[in-house]
Amino acid sequence: MAVRDYLRERFFPHMWCPGCGHGTILGALLRAVESLGLKKSEMVMVSGIGCSSRISGYVDFHTLHTLHGRALAFATGVKLSRPEVKLMVPMGDGDALAIGGNHFIHAARRNIDMTAIVMNNRIYGMTGGQYSPLTGYGALATTAPYRNIDHGFDVVTLASAAGATFVARTTAYHVQQAKDILQKAIAHKGFSVVEILSQCPTYFGRKNRMGSAVDMLRWFKENTTKIGSKAKAENPDLIERGIFVEKQLPEYCSEYDKVLERAQSGGS
Amino acid sequence: MAKPKLKEHHIEREWCKGCGICIEFCPKNVLELDEKDKAVAVRLEDCIACRMCELRCPDLAIEVIVQE
Ligand SMILES: Cc1ncc(C[n+]2csc(CCOP(=O)(O)OP(=O)(O)O)c2C)c(N)n1
Ligand code: SF4
Repeated sequence: MAVRDYLRERFFPHMWCPGCGHGTILGALLRAVESLGLKKSEMVMVSGIGCSSRISGYVDFHTLHTLHGRALAFATGVKLSRPEVKLMVPMGDGDALAIGGNHFIHAARRNIDMTAIVMNNRIYGMTGGQYSPLTGYGALATTAPYRNIDHGFDVVTLASAAGATFVARTTAYHVQQAKDILQKAIAHKGFSVVEILSQCPTYFGRKNRMGSAVDMLRWFKENTTKIGSKAKAENPDLIERGIFVEKQLPEYCSEYDKVLERAQSGGS
Repeated sequence: MAKPKLKEHHIEREWCKGCGICIEFCPKNVLELDEKDKAVAVRLEDCIACRMCELRCPDLAIEVIVQE
């Protein structure tokens, strides 16, 4: 199936600003799905609220556009009732880690089979550029006009510590890597987290004088490196890209089935 | 495998928002913005069909079609 066949073309052109990285992430996700040969009817995309969350409107799978921060909770319900479908949960950094932070760590801890995609633009895009838990120390935001004094989460470290069995990071510049990682994450049985650095030229870029979308992509190119590279040893400030965790642990729906069996057989 | 050869760039003009990402990151400088700020492929003979414009386009507006 061609990539375009997975789109709801009637809603195009999409609502994202010119140069917003969220559209590039949508493209990478569709190419990953196409390479896996997945049928529209065997995928469910669940999203919350935010510019990023609007992604669910554009894919012609089963989709659920829910509440801010609660996408993983809805997705958990869907997965437990229909364990055979592939769940994809794209979230903004605010959606995933501010209001939705608790859902995020507990979904990771349960190792429920779904793919959480953190579309990290380091800002609340939809509501006008307020700082998020990923804005980072020293950056500017509408609500941090004298610079942010909160330190950002490291999504990779957080997800790994919380128990996610697949954890990766890439950027909207590294499109081939984004597609490859998403493909592996979707195929992985268990809770997978893919952080994709995305550019919001309208708020994060403008506030922090980072230039155009093109300049912001160049920033991703120049300030990231492959895991364990020589460049990282020389410059510890570089952000690493790649797959950090990939392991097998019992998956939640399979374990839940065992609980049902035990309960029905009267054993323990 | 033989190198892919370009047939055409299919550009959905209505979808293109003119961000210039395809133009900036094309390794062969094939694309430009026209007077309406829409991407157009102008130096077709230079295109190596690497699809970087297609993959990076945030508007999903470009498809690089290669010869069979
Ligand atoms: C319960 C609730 N609280 C607050 C909001 C307002 N709100 C809408 S989107 C959003 C944050 C969006 O930022 P992010 O999740 O990072 O996504 P982005 O728009 O940057 O892609 C907020 C606070 C809401 N819709 N619902
Ligand atoms: S406000 Fe930012 S995140 Fe939202 S569509 Fe515009 S560029 Fe993208």
